Parts: sequence; C-alpha cells; structure tokens
Amino acid sequence: MNSSSTLINALFIFVLAGFIGFEVIRRVSPLLHTPLMSLTNALDAIAVVGAIVLVGEHKSTLSAVFGFIAVVAATSNIVGGFLITDRMLKMFKSSRPAAKPAAK
Amino acid sequence: MMTTELAGSQVVIELVYLIASVLFILSLKWMSSPTTARHGIWAGEIGMLLAICGTLLHHGIVDYRLIAIALVLGTIIGVPLGRVAMTAVPQRTALSHAFGALCVTLVGSAEFYLRTPDISRFMMAVLSLEVILGGLTVTGSLMAAGKLQEILPQRPLTYKGQNLVNFVLLVGALVIAVSLVLHPEARVLFPFMILIALAFGVLLIIPIGGADMPTVISLLNGYAGLSAAAMGFVLDSKLLIIAGALDGSSGLILSIIMSKAMNRSFTNVLFGAFGQVQAAAAAGEEAKPVRSATPEEAAAILSAANRVIVVPGYGMAVAQAQHKVRELYDSLSKRGVDVRFAIHPVAGRMPGHMNVLLAEADIPYDRLIEMEEINGDFPQTDVALVIGANDVTNPAARSDASSPIYGMPILDVDKAHTVMVIKRSMNPGFAGIDNPLYYLDNTLMLFGDAKAFVGSIVRELSGGHG
Repeated sequence: MNSSSTLINALFIFVLAGFIGFEVIRRVSPLLHTPLMSLTNALDAIAVVGAIVLVGEHKSTLSAVFGFIAVVAATSNIVGGFLITDRMLKMFKSSRPAAKPAAK
Repeated sequence: MMTTELAGSQVVIELVYLIASVLFILSLKWMSSPTTARHGIWAGEIGMLLAICGTLLHHGIVDYRLIAIALVLGTIIGVPLGRVAMTAVPQRTALSHAFGALCVTLVGSAEFYLRTPDISRFMMAVLSLEVILGGLTVTGSLMAAGKLQEILPQRPLTYKGQNLVNFVLLVGALVIAVSLVLHPEARVLFPFMILIALAFGVLLIIPIGGADMPTVISLLNGYAGLSAAAMGFVLDSKLLIIAGALDGSSGLILSIIMSKAMNRSFTNVLFGAFGQVQAAAAAGEEAKPVRSATPEEAAAILSAANRVIVVPGYGMAVAQAQHKVRELYDSLSKRGVDVRFAIHPVAGRMPGHMNVLLAEADIPYDRLIEMEEINGDFPQTDVALVIGANDVTNPAARSDASSPIYGMPILDVDKAHTVMVIKRSMNPGFAGIDNPLYYLDNTLMLFGDAKAFVGSIVRELSGGHG
C-alpha cells in the first residue's frame, strides 16, 4: 500500500521542515515566546484536516465519533489559538512611535 | 474519465496544501519581530482556511452535516479560550496542547481500527508512536493545566520508586507497540497501549513543580508537534508533516532555552522532582537579620535614582500587580528616571510570560530587556526593584556550589547600588531555596502584597511631587 518511496519522501519532508522550523524559530525574539507558542499551537491544529476526512467519509461509527471529537478539539485550538495570539500581539507597543507625549 | 477527475481534484488539494505550508512557514518567520508579527497571524489564518477548504473538496467525503456541526461546536469552545485573561495564558496553553494531542490520538485510534489487520509494519510503528506520544501529551498537559490553574497542588508529588514505575509503564507501552507491529491482528492490545500512555502522562507531570512549568510546557508543545508529524506519516499528508515538524522544532528550541536558563537537562527536569529536597533543607534555616523599608522610604530612594531596573517574576503575576507596576513606570519616567525591565527566560510559568503581562499593562516592549543584554548594566544601576521574583535573582547560583540551583544563569541584581525586594514574608520561594540576596547590606526588603506595595509607592511619588 505504502511503497518505500512515499515513506522516503515523507522522511525528506519531515527532516527538511524540521530544519526550516529550527532556523526560523531560532530567530523569534524571546519577547514573543508566549505568542509563538499559541501560534504554533493553532498551526499544529491543522491535524483537523485528517479528522475532517474521517468524519466526512463515515467509514464506521467509531471513526465518525472519534473524528467528530477530534474536529471539535482541533477547531477550538485553531479559533482560540489565533484569537489569543492576535490579542497578545496587539498589546506589544514600542515607546518610539507610540503617541506618548514627551513628559516634560 | 472518473479517475482523471479524481486525480484532478487531488492535484488541486495538494496545491492548496502547498500554499498553506508556505504560509505557515512565513507565519513563523514573521514572528521574529513584534513589528511584523501580526502579518504572521494573517498568513497562518489564511493558510488554515485554505487547508480546511481544500480538504472539504476531498472526494471521499459524503457527510458534510457532521463536519459543519463539529466546526461550529469547536468554534463555540474556541472563542472563550481565546478570550481568557493574560494571567491565565499558561494554563490555556497547556489545555490547548491537550486538545491538539487529543485530536491526534483520536484520529490515530480511528485509523488503527479502520486499517488493521492490513497494515504495513512501518505504518503500525508510526501509528503506535503517534498515539503513545499523543496520549501522554493529553493527560500530561491536562495535569500541567490543572497545576497552573491550581486545581492540583503545584508542589511536586513524589513517592518511592516513582521513576521505576514510570519506566515500567513506558516499557509496557513499547512492548505492546512492538507486538502490534508484529501482529497487527491482535487488536485487543491497542486500548491497553492507549491506557498506559494516558497513565504515563499523568505520572510524568505529577512530580514536577510549578517553577519547572516553562520547560514542561515547551516539552509538551514539542510532543504535540511530533505526534502530529507522526499522524502526517500515517495519513501520508505532507502538510501535516510540515506543520508537525515546525511545531515540534518550536517546542524543542523553547525546551532547550528553558533548560539552559535553569542550568538543567531535560531528564533532570522530568525525573528530578526539584522542589522536594530543598524544601526540607531550607526548613532548618534560622532567621537572619534583614533590613526592611516602608513605602515612603522606597519612594524616596526610587525618586532619587537615575537608573532603575525592575525584575518581575511569577509573584507579580499572582498578585496581578502589572498595572500598578505600569503606574510606577509612568510616575518614575515622568521624573526623568530611566526605568527598564529585566526579563529572565524562566520568569513566570511559560516562555515569554512576563513580556506578555507587561505588554498587557502597556509597558513598551523596548523597555523589556533580556537577561544577557541587561546583566552588565546592574553595576551602574541605582536601584534594582525585584517584584515577585526569587530564584532567578539568587546569587547562590553564582557562588555556592552546594546550592541546588548552582550554575543557573541569574540576573545580577545584587550588583546594583541598592536592591529592593517586594515579598510577602521571609518564606523561601517556590523551589524552597533560601536566597542570600535578602541578607545583603545593600538589600532592602519591602514586605507586603506586590500590588498593594507598588500602589503605595506610586501614591507616595505623586503626593511628594505635587
């Protein structure tokens, strides 16, 4: 079913994506580590695509039920994760352009 | 005809997934700076939306009603989770790790029952990895969330033979996994593997204390990512592999940063049960003399200073003092005092926790300085004001080789001309380690609730000025 070439392809993708992730995330400012975590959490909920297919295909009751709960869990992560990341990032303001009148 | 059509929609889906993958990577790239970070959210959201819409084109989908209900229900749960108070962000994050892992574990389990016994050995091995990692992340994250929400005791709970029990459980799960790889028709074994993983998650987090939460949350983040990547292998979904690898490397990097900031290894965090030993050691300490000061005195010293560095810690979050701290910042800045904030990587309960709280209180982010950058400035600093931080300022980490935190990088507050520490009482901090900082000649203890005390200082400052 799964030939060894698809497996090798998948491994290539995993390793390369891991490297990209490592290099990109290393550059994230420590200032933003909390929003980074809530953002990766929302992105990780892309697992919802697997769950959607499970529900939609409805191959067995068990798979549909598990898939249903999985879609609910992942969707709440997507919605909640993006919402809170946005709320956090909105709070980060610099003192330079900020309209803080010089207090003198 | 039929097959070419299917192939066509399949190609479209894969292309959409490719775009989504690129957007995800850009999304993380833009997180590198606060000025571009909000583009990152847009990229992530568009990628997510594209991926979900693309998936709905999947030719095998016959039931859209259930999917719609699940999406709506998830949104209804997700919105309040996106609106929690900033102080509750660590437990929210732990909870969302649990949700993510729950999704992965359930999908893995469903795939197991759909595919076995006709499953290749490799696939069964990856599937086992997926559900074991997923399962332990579900319960482990729930435990972490419970501790952070203080539903569960934050103190480490330890018992004799703890590591042995954990080890036996882990081996048990692996033995079942291997059996299933060799004999996938033995489906009765599968629920036991899940149960062991769930139990392992609970036992893994029970002995970990609150102060180690930044590392644990990062580690669980990494596990959630890896289990999602494993799910990508099972479903042959490149998008999922990429997202999982990104999340996994993010969790890994943060865990490394956190561990380094505590001068400890992963295994030490996971199997060390930190707080227990020192709590006993500190109990024997006799009261040494300390100097304390009133809000009036503190206000006088602060207003006479040129350079002030504030060191916030978890105590500030507990006391909800961040808004009072902002008032203090405003008041001192108005008098021309240079006020900056020194952020230790493990201050608080998750990576970046203090930055978010202070940003919420409207303190500009360019005033929040990382440990390496600000440590050299303490000797030229008139006042270091420690609010609810303890271990990250403990000079014993530099000098006392017998201290349990020896070697941990700390903020060198003791090098400032005057150190002021706001603290409820002389009780040792969370990890139960005594802090020699409090007995130094240049240290003034400000006893009281952080919020109330900072409030009184602010009142003194405005009164004295008018």
